[in-house]
Amino acid sequence: MGGYTTSEIATIMAMQGIAGLSLFGVFLLMALGLAIIFGQMGVINMAHGEFLTLGSYATYVVATMFESYAPGLFSYYFPVAIVLSFLVAFGVGYLLEYGLVRHLYKRPLDTLLATWAVGLIMQQIFRSIFGGRGVSADAPDWLQGSIQLSQMLFLSRSDLFVMCIAIAMTVIVAILLYRARWGMRVRSTTQNRAMANAVGINTAKVDRNTFALGCGLAGIAGSAFTTISATTPTAGAQYLVDTFLVVVLGGAASLLGTVASAFSIAQAQSILEFFITGSMAKVLTLMVVIGIIMLRPQGLFTLKVRQ
Amino acid sequence: MLKVNDLSIGYGLSQVVHDINLELGKGEILGVMGRNGMGKTTLFKALIGLLPSWSGDIQMGGVELTGERPYRRVASGLAYVPQGRQVFATLTVEENIRTGLEATGQKKIPDDIYSLFPVLQEMRKRRAGNLSGGQQQQLAIARALAAEPDVLLLDEPTEGIQPSIIKDMAKTLREIRQVRNISILFSEQVLSFAMDVSDRVLVMDRGKLVDEMQGEELSEATMAKYLSV
Repeated sequence: MGGYTTSEIATIMAMQGIAGLSLFGVFLLMALGLAIIFGQMGVINMAHGEFLTLGSYATYVVATMFESYAPGLFSYYFPVAIVLSFLVAFGVGYLLEYGLVRHLYKRPLDTLLATWAVGLIMQQIFRSIFGGRGVSADAPDWLQGSIQLSQMLFLSRSDLFVMCIAIAMTVIVAILLYRARWGMRVRSTTQNRAMANAVGINTAKVDRNTFALGCGLAGIAGSAFTTISATTPTAGAQYLVDTFLVVVLGGAASLLGTVASAFSIAQAQSILEFFITGSMAKVLTLMVVIGIIMLRPQGLFTLKVRQ
Repeated sequence: MLKVNDLSIGYGLSQVVHDINLELGKGEILGVMGRNGMGKTTLFKALIGLLPSWSGDIQMGGVELTGERPYRRVASGLAYVPQGRQVFATLTVEENIRTGLEATGQKKIPDDIYSLFPVLQEMRKRRAGNLSGGQQQQLAIARALAAEPDVLLLDEPTEGIQPSIIKDMAKTLREIRQVRNISILFSEQVLSFAMDVSDRVLVMDRGKLVDEMQGEELSEATMAKYLSV
């Protein structure tokens, strides 16, 4: 392959595989919120990327505040930023569901257009407040530098951090969805909203909290995102299509599918990138994903039950 | 327990149910009989709040329910088993029953549920969508009973169920009344089932209640003009 020896190919695969792991972390974090909003609730939230951006800006603001008012505690700003990013995105998501989305549950195309418009409005608000150029917070010391895995292989601490957050969030969401009472309410409401209401579940409240939680998760993704890239008003929107593909390929209602799909897409993209250009790698990956979805519209992981 | 006054319901501009008046006593099993398309399901959906009523009112133990959302009606003591069962297919049997606990806020499934429906205990970890029609009907009733209702609404409980299971279901309904001391209102087309369980029957024809008879008065002869018997 291209004049490389077998050992060189192995090293390249390992390097690109590690790079793919950080992309996996970003995809997974982004996709988790959407797996709830689109996968569980069936709402096509085109503003999902903007909730990532919102979380990134919230993190930037927290970092700036710590730098100005408590420089001695700067190393510890990140946990505060993650919680605040979640709360801000959760709050805005809650208001968006209450003010707009709940009126459009039976009108998916209108939801698509309306949330797309909300995304554009949010982008403009970010531009007006923070400007069009990227802003970035300094990473705390413990997130800087790399860990050497072998002579040729390095894993940056920030990539490792993003991956750890992604995995931790996945575990928390899995427990919430499949072990907690809240998850039972969500799964029954999304499966049959009218019947869930008729067995005694306050479905309007479930919808509002579920949508807000999905947005909050995007906020956490945004917070993690600041460690690997600068934040611009359109930072989150760039990942929107990839994120939808991750959720659809995995199987809309399957969390395990979302993890498997984020991993496969990230690895395919990262490994192909070395041998062909980045954009061609993306084209090729997307074509394969589209091919799979055409053959298996329900996604890779689905539950088979008698209806 | 349940009192309905002059209830009218419709879809769009067409009225389907006209001025229904009924009263269900404590511990009574009351049937609403009628052919397909006579408005039985529309009436039951309006009682639980899935359809808005045009006029009239619904009361439970003197408390006004008209205009309340379905989940609030369940909290007030009404529980609903819909036509076609509508269990949550991807949830397990146990999770389906637990959805019924939401109305009371209880954490524990009432003990009598598994003794009324032993098959559900055996299958509690199975997905509801993989159960047979008869088992799904039992699950739908168990889910409704988990809400500890005073009144149980059953919309065509025998639809799609094989005859031998229909007999068992009639027996179970009588047992539920005995164990829980609750009232049951059901809609039905299967005469033998209604004869097995009803204390009293109302006949519905073209959206109106047109006749009333006691359980012992029910026969093929008395119901022939209302049902295809």
